[in-house]
Amino acid sequence: MYRIAVLGDKDSVLGFKALGLDVFPADSPDTARPILHRLAKQGYAIVYLTEQLAAGMGAEIARYKDELTPAIILIPGKEGSLGIGMEQIKTAVERAVGADIL
Amino acid sequence: MPSTTINPTRMELTRLKGRLKTAQRGHKLLKDKRDELMKQFMDVVRENRALRRRVEEALIRAHGSFTVASALMSPEMLEQALMCPKQSVELDMTFENVMSVDVPRYEFRTKQDDPAQIYPYGFAQTSGELDDAVSEMASVFQDMLKLAQIEKTSQLLAEEIEKTRRRVNALEYVKIPQMQENIKYITMKLDENERANTIRLMKVKDMILKEALEEKRAETAKAAGMSAN
Repeated sequence: MYRIAVLGDKDSVLGFKALGLDVFPADSPDTARPILHRLAKQGYAIVYLTEQLAAGMGAEIARYKDELTPAIILIPGKEGSLGIGMEQIKTAVERAVGADIL
Repeated sequence: MPSTTINPTRMELTRLKGRLKTAQRGHKLLKDKRDELMKQFMDVVRENRALRRRVEEALIRAHGSFTVASALMSPEMLEQALMCPKQSVELDMTFENVMSVDVPRYEFRTKQDDPAQIYPYGFAQTSGELDDAVSEMASVFQDMLKLAQIEKTSQLLAEEIEKTRRRVNALEYVKIPQMQENIKYITMKLDENERANTIRLMKVKDMILKEALEEKRAETAKAAGMSAN
């Protein structure tokens, strides 16, 4: 049985708690980093991460990109979208094709 | 010249020819794999983009509702209202094999099936905006799960395509030309040896003939001298 985690600043993740997801508030990438590693070890299949935090955690996200679990999915925080999630799709295309063809 | 030293022998030639054949077959297969992966990947990526756009918009809207709700309620009240969720989600993960890449398939079960039962608080002390926010969150959640599945799939496929592409290129531009060059080198060397051998034999034959001729000549000269005496 796998679980779903939401990692982000307190105000952004509060709403997900009502849905029954496991919520982990973190205010900065530095506090989020150890939490992410712990989640990855504890059998969380999906970790939703706010883009605001993801901006400072490039290396951690890249590390889990090629692993089956966890899937780290970026979501916009309460300050709105930074476009990192879309950027990642673009990078994936560039990685596969060698050029951005979309 | 071949880059590494190879033995110009017939055995090496046979071995190389066999390897070349295998490499060419492997190259063709990998190329087919790459093309099919690419086709699947393109579909996944298009869906991924559309879905991400939709989820981001919906989430930003939901966050907006939350902001309104938190403006109307004190932070303590808000937290208290959401502290003990009624709903809980269990996730099942199975794997699907797409062109030898394992991609996850998520299936989730919620404890509460009734969408009206997700509010973990009484309605008396909370504002109506909070209800909107929670219901918006709940409606976007389905899409978020799908997004997770598709995004992970696209990442894993991208990795596999990159690997396959590298292999195809390595075979096409490095390995196969190298082997062909080696084969050419060995054939030339063997032909050269063959010619050298023939020439040597001709030369030896000439020498033997010349020796025999001189012997014969000496004998006739001797015989002529004796008959003259």
